[in-house]
Amino acid sequence: MNSSSAQKIDNDLQPEHGVDQYLTFCLAGEEYGVNILKVQEIKGWSEVTPMPNTPEAVLGVINLRGTVVPIVELRRHFGLPSAEPGPTTVIIVVKASDGKGNVRTMGMVVDAVSEVHNIAASEIQPPPPIGEGSEKRSVAGLATMEERMIILLDIDDLMNNGVLGLLKEEDTDV
Amino acid sequence: MSMDLSEFLDVFLEECFEGLEVMESGLLHLDEGTDLEEINTIFRAAHSIKGGSAAFGFNHISEFTHVMETLLDQLRSGKRQVDQATVDLLLASVDVLREMVEGLKTDEAPDESRVAELKQQLEAAVNGDGGKSDQGLEEHAPDEKPEAAGEPRSLRIEIRPGQAMFQQGNDPLRIFAELAKLGELEVETRASNLPVLDDLDPTRCYLEWSARLTTSATDDELNEIFSWLGDECRVEIAPAEKSEPTGSKEADRKPEAAHAGEEKAASGKSAPKAEEKKSPSKGPTLVKSSAGRESSSIRVSIEKVDLLINLVGELVITQSMLNQVGTALMHQGGPEAEALLNGLAQLERNTRELQENVLQIRMLPISFAFNRFPRLVRDLSHKMGKQVELVLTGEQTEVDKTVLEKIGDPLVHLVRNSLDHGLEMPEVRKAAGKPEQGRLELSAQHESGNIVIRISDDGAGLNREKILRKAIEKGLVDEKEELSDERIDNLIFQPGFSTADKVSDLSGRGVGMDVVKRNINDLGGTVSIHSEPGKGSTVVIRLPLTLAILDGQLASVGQETYILPLISIVESLQVQAEHLKSVAGSTELYRFRDEYIPIVRLNRLFGVADGTDDLLQGLLVVVEAEGRHVGLFVDRLLGQQQVVIKSLETNFHQLDGISGATILGDGQVALILDIPGLVDLYYRTLNSPAALAANS
Repeated sequence: MNSSSAQKIDNDLQPEHGVDQYLTFCLAGEEYGVNILKVQEIKGWSEVTPMPNTPEAVLGVINLRGTVVPIVELRRHFGLPSAEPGPTTVIIVVKASDGKGNVRTMGMVVDAVSEVHNIAASEIQPPPPIGEGSEKRSVAGLATMEERMIILLDIDDLMNNGVLGLLKEEDTDV
Repeated sequence: MSMDLSEFLDVFLEECFEGLEVMESGLLHLDEGTDLEEINTIFRAAHSIKGGSAAFGFNHISEFTHVMETLLDQLRSGKRQVDQATVDLLLASVDVLREMVEGLKTDEAPDESRVAELKQQLEAAVNGDGGKSDQGLEEHAPDEKPEAAGEPRSLRIEIRPGQAMFQQGNDPLRIFAELAKLGELEVETRASNLPVLDDLDPTRCYLEWSARLTTSATDDELNEIFSWLGDECRVEIAPAEKSEPTGSKEADRKPEAAHAGEEKAASGKSAPKAEEKKSPSKGPTLVKSSAGRESSSIRVSIEKVDLLINLVGELVITQSMLNQVGTALMHQGGPEAEALLNGLAQLERNTRELQENVLQIRMLPISFAFNRFPRLVRDLSHKMGKQVELVLTGEQTEVDKTVLEKIGDPLVHLVRNSLDHGLEMPEVRKAAGKPEQGRLELSAQHESGNIVIRISDDGAGLNREKILRKAIEKGLVDEKEELSDERIDNLIFQPGFSTADKVSDLSGRGVGMDVVKRNINDLGGTVSIHSEPGKGSTVVIRLPLTLAILDGQLASVGQETYILPLISIVESLQVQAEHLKSVAGSTELYRFRDEYIPIVRLNRLFGVADGTDDLLQGLLVVVEAEGRHVGLFVDRLLGQQQVVIKSLETNFHQLDGISGATILGDGQVALILDIPGLVDLYYRTLNSPAALAANS
């Protein structure tokens, strides 16, 4: 409720029509971006409480000011080589909505955040065919900024279908 | 317009259900003797349902209620005596009304034929022996004050003020001046009580008056004038001409009006004048009952309360975090550290009190769940031809609203079971040397942070032989197994178990008791039955007071801390090598008293790498899940504490064997174990070791 009204105000403040702001971050040398309206906050690395019998990419849960928030290791989720948390390692806390009115607060561990870019919808290319399944679905498109490629992620899809497997659960086994 | 109303519809529906409950419980009391106040309460409830439904345009409801109200009015005015048939008819009408109101909620049309049939019966009753004619129906129909029509009537008012009238600051002249405003007034003073001049005390009032008032004012307006007179003052208002219909009604009511200073104060504004019309002897009961029913309260949405509870939960966590920091600082010493610690101690007390009080908001007396039983027992015992006395105790015991809502159905089932299977027919009871009337007792009380509900009957008790035979037949237990009496009794909670010789309308379909047990387990509670052949049985339900916090036992496995619900722990013990057994080399069993219980290693089940693997080094926590004992193997036990339950589902999804999470004093998240789920998980992984390997 609050976030949607906040979103509305933010949209009104947008300087140009059709331009969205994206927060970019690094993951094993690749640069990814998420729509900044999906980001709740960025917090430093903290110890997580592991949860049993969850996908490998789910590290566990943390206490975010009284809310129990699951943490996803994006490197593992994308099948990238894992790395020890370093000084720049942060957790990006995002709000993923599953289209049924539920908004989940989840955290993702990334190597480092870089910056915020204004990217116009016209600058975004459709994603190339990258592999099969959920990873492909979660990529919203590609954009180029200062000669660098930014992989734009669809957070709702990434968290709900990719990590939680809400879609998969229905047709395959749990 | 319709938008505006829809906002209030929920409130209206809620009020309807409350009103229906009031009506039902009131009608049940009528069984035990006519009490004018009860009838008035029922009448008021019916009246507000009628008014509300008319405002929303639910004419079928308002029309139906109108007829009920007419009948109630006849009871109230004494034109009709309270009898079994009328009460039954009204109870049936309450049922139909409830169906209609529920129909509004679900958009289902009620059973038209039944509604019409009952309405006809009601109308017949109204117009029959007690009632008058169709036009009479209109006359004393809806309002509290049917006389309000504006037609002038003649009243005779007798005022016997009692000697203390002047001392209480009342001035008869002022009263007459007020009365004169309402219409034409003639006052006659009776001075027969005047003493001789020597004995006359000028501060006392010896006079009495008899007034004749022709007015179109309502009774309320009249009573308003007399409402300030003290207890001693008697005011009688009667119509001057008996022929007038409204008047005769007035006369039939207990006419000693307006002595009701105290009562009025106790029951507040909302109590209509009817209460004042009580004879003095009934005064005390009246004050009590009206105070209980109409206590002042506000309606707050449950979300707001839950938000408050959540926030206080955060506060408690923050407070315990600060406490730990404070304790660490204390070692550095200094006056500031001491001041800080004092402040923290105070903060702790205040937060605890705040938490208790906030949780209290969600608490409601268990009577909300118990209320339906007088009716249920009455109907069922009539149907079965049994004589049953229902005793309710501890109805004021408070419990969380959610728990209350979910415990209703299991309780109904257990009570039906007791009536059907437990209590015997009167002749059987007589033959067994017991009173013909059976006794069914429902009690609730708080016991160490839980609510304990007992349902006991003095019936035949459980037939152990039959239960055991059935259990063996169904393959629930092995023929050779030696079972304690208690074990046998509790077999009835196993799925698919029923010993009823024939399936009755009431119970005995064999789907009952296990559902009861599952529902109670879902609430984090336990249920067990104790029975004595020939003497009766008692079902004991133990439930947490609230679903928001939990009494937990902290246990560590490797680096991890888990929380076990204290309610499910039977015993914690050190593993002794001679009691360790294994089956087929894989399943580990432990001899616990005289049974073998499986050992569930939490570290393996949850894939905790650094947990102790040597059974002799750790502890075995014996827990009860679905009537079976299981030994949970953990490294160490830490403290016990109350934890605030946080759902994992909010931001993730439900996990097998985990019922939620909480935040410990150090800010870390700890998982709360769901014991039945955990045991299920254990058996599943036991059957497919591959699944375990894949998971961990």
